[in-house]
Amino acid sequence: MDIFLLEAIVNGILLGGVLALLALGLNLIFGVIDVVWIAYAELVMIGMYAIYWLHVFYGWPLLAACAVAILGVALAGVLVHRLIIAPILDTAPINQLLATGGLLFFLQSLATLLFGTNFRNIGLKLPIIEIGDMFLSYARLMAFVVAVLGAILLWLFLSRTFTGTAIRAIAQDRQIMGLMGVEPKRVYLIVSALGGGLAGLAACLLVLQYDVHPYIGLSFGPITFMICVLGGLGNLLGGFVAAFIMAQIISVGGFFFSIEMSYVLAFVFFIVLMFVKPQGLFSK
Amino acid sequence: MAEPQPMLALDGVSAAYGGFQALFGVSLTVAPGEAIGVVGPNGAGKTTLMRVISGLIPPRQGRIAFEGQQVGGWPAHRIVAGGIAHVPENRRLFPALSVADNLRMGAFVPAARGRYAERLAWVYELFPRLKERQHQLAGTLSGGEQQMCAIGRALMSGPRLLLMDEPSAGLAPVVVEQVFALVRRIRAEGFTVLIVEQNVRQMLELVDRAYLLDVGRIRMSGTAAELRANPDIQRAYLGM
Amino acid sequence: MSDRGRFLPLGAAALALALVPLFGPPSYVMHMAVQILLWSFIYTAWSIMGRFGLVSLGHGAFLGIGMYVPALLWNLYGVTPWLGIPLGVLLAVLSALVIGWPCFRLKVVGHYFALVTLALTEVARLSIIAARDITGGSLGMTPKPVPGGHSWWALQFVDKAYFFWIGLGLWLFGLWAWRAVDRSMRNPALEAIAEDETAAAAIGIGVTRLKLEVTLISAALTALGGAAMGQYLQYLNPETHAGIGISLQIVFAAIAGGMYAMLGPTVGAVLTLVLTEALRIAFGTTLIGAANTIYGVLLILFIIFMPRGIVGLIEERLRARGAKA
Ligand SMILES: Nc1ncnc2c1ncn2[C@@H]1O[C@H](COP(=O)(O)OP(=O)(O)OP(=O)(O)O)[C@@H](O)[C@H]1O
Ligand SMILES: [Mg+2]
Repeated sequence: MDIFLLEAIVNGILLGGVLALLALGLNLIFGVIDVVWIAYAELVMIGMYAIYWLHVFYGWPLLAACAVAILGVALAGVLVHRLIIAPILDTAPINQLLATGGLLFFLQSLATLLFGTNFRNIGLKLPIIEIGDMFLSYARLMAFVVAVLGAILLWLFLSRTFTGTAIRAIAQDRQIMGLMGVEPKRVYLIVSALGGGLAGLAACLLVLQYDVHPYIGLSFGPITFMICVLGGLGNLLGGFVAAFIMAQIISVGGFFFSIEMSYVLAFVFFIVLMFVKPQGLFSK
Repeated sequence: MAEPQPMLALDGVSAAYGGFQALFGVSLTVAPGEAIGVVGPNGAGKTTLMRVISGLIPPRQGRIAFEGQQVGGWPAHRIVAGGIAHVPENRRLFPALSVADNLRMGAFVPAARGRYAERLAWVYELFPRLKERQHQLAGTLSGGEQQMCAIGRALMSGPRLLLMDEPSAGLAPVVVEQVFALVRRIRAEGFTVLIVEQNVRQMLELVDRAYLLDVGRIRMSGTAAELRANPDIQRAYLGM
Repeated sequence: MSDRGRFLPLGAAALALALVPLFGPPSYVMHMAVQILLWSFIYTAWSIMGRFGLVSLGHGAFLGIGMYVPALLWNLYGVTPWLGIPLGVLLAVLSALVIGWPCFRLKVVGHYFALVTLALTEVARLSIIAARDITGGSLGMTPKPVPGGHSWWALQFVDKAYFFWIGLGLWLFGLWAWRAVDRSMRNPALEAIAEDETAAAAIGIGVTRLKLEVTLISAALTALGGAAMGQYLQYLNPETHAGIGISLQIVFAAIAGGMYAMLGPTVGAVLTLVLTEALRIAFGTTLIGAANTIYGVLLILFIIFMPRGIVGLIEERLRARGAKA
């Protein structure tokens, strides 16, 4: 097989890890609260800027900056829920999606206001790894490994803890959660923090590979939504698998065509599949 | 003989769904260790009564005291933590969670978490069938097994009072027998029980006292023997 | 009030408006006026489906297609926009059909519908960027100007008055389309769809078909508005004229003005454009992005506190007063 194609496939798998992490966060929020945070990728952008400024501007060690970014975006997630979602939780879900659309506008332009439209890079030079004849970026490999570790941690949390079990249960029967001693409002806040935290983690991994700018959310926000719908909104495992499928289309498509065309392919694939399997790839 | 202080006492409790009033000044008591039954026609407000007690809906009027403490208006999650578990109508298991996860949900309240392993072992001992099925999704259990799981889930919170809303509903006659046997076991374990049932004959064999609820009001109350002997009850519920 | 009684003052107002350019208002005023008219038309087009609960984020695609098809045909083959525009509208309608028909048949609604239409918008934006050899990619493109700048054949005019009249015509056309949808589609039936689809289906309403019809109308008008906008601005850019940003901008203006009332989207257009201008004048270009932060916050506030928009609120107040009187 063509070595460059093989490289594209491997890179697709690595990209899939980060996309899967984003899909997990969004799906978690959707599955539990039944809302779509259309500004999810913009929360990632905030995290990337936070790391950039703490690391480059204030000279913090990268790991500390990342830790703060994860916590900060988790807090942002809580605020999104408290300030935007909670007041309209009882109205049609589309309202919540649109309200977070307002947040998308706000965050994008706030970033422009504060940081300008320049592309910024943390300037970390990570080595290129040579495996056989293939060249792989160390940053991507690390991002993949951390993303998979993050997913495993999330899985452990969801399957082994009381709160995690409540998170899996709540969508199945909201009304009786009280009888279990669960306060849904608190679960929503926990999930919002968790979703934000995952966005923060994704920010740490993306800032190693990409420049940050106010519109970076647009380059992976929409694809993440499509991944979630494809996997079945709210279906964590489905979204996880769909992320790797979409990443392959993008990566291998980029090998054969241009990068934009590969995204077009991915979206068209999504649209077509929606009509074959409207409830997601893994519906029965 | 002095009346023992009741475990649960409702005094003039009213409840409504929006503009529709479903309970009108209901008063009842449950003494520690007692098993109390509630009967009544469809739509009488039996489920509403259970919901008011467990905090799923707030009372509009009246007082609810549990172990001497006023709990009327507390949200459901506080009431469970306080010691009342509610096995809801139609069981309401989490169908896509395993039996074990359903039982874990029952132990969500902070006080119950510490004794989770111990209680789980006890519930499995009480219902060995649940142990066999622990990894199975609750939605795939048989009706009787689901009822076991629902009761087991309620027991996991370590309640002192157990509310059961029609545990035998929708089950085949043989299974109904099994469910009543289950309830008898629960009683034997020393739990105080407030139970709503359509199978009045079997229920009256099980409870100490019972109330008749109709259109949101208590129409009659007495010992099981008194109710069994009442001609109205005989005609309407015992098919005599 | 009867329809005739309602449209008479509107007709008079339109006529008076049409005379405005003859008095030679300053170019800046004309520029604002043209923008307001064209955006009003586009926002009205979106609301024609949005008010039935069909919240589309795909209008960035319809707008972009309507803009780029005539411009590309003109630049590449010298095809007149008179032919290019209908082709663009047709392409937009086709893409709406491709998305809408399966969506409605499969009962893809609410945020699923929003996300599927968002995919369409992204396809449009990314396709335009990918075809950078002919579209200029994210740098945007300019339709080839005609010598002298004035040509009916090329639909290019130096004098903004022409675009004012075109905009006015389109705007009135949009309002007429709104009324026509109201009437021909037995509005109560459509409202029933928005409220409760199963109930609507149960009383024998062809839900899929009705939804598809409003969607196609909405897409066609949006593409038409995009085409006029492209001809007027003489500059097309995929980031600002296709994609999620413009889709949300359309939604925002429609919601702020009130998407359930005929003049709501128009009020939304006036509001957003005046706000943008005011901020531009207040801050100059030192604070790029200031306008959008305020839009963002306003959008959130509107959805939380005033989901029926300004016109909706006014109507409510009037009704309350009428009930009291
Ligand atoms: N969520 C609700 N909203 C409005 N009305 C309700 C609601 N739940 C119950 N009701 C009404 O309250 C009344 C009492 O209902 P409830 O469920 O308590 O009756 P029940 O005695 O449990 O009946 P069944 O034997 O059929 O279970 C009924 O008239 C019912 O229609
Ligand atoms: Mg009932």
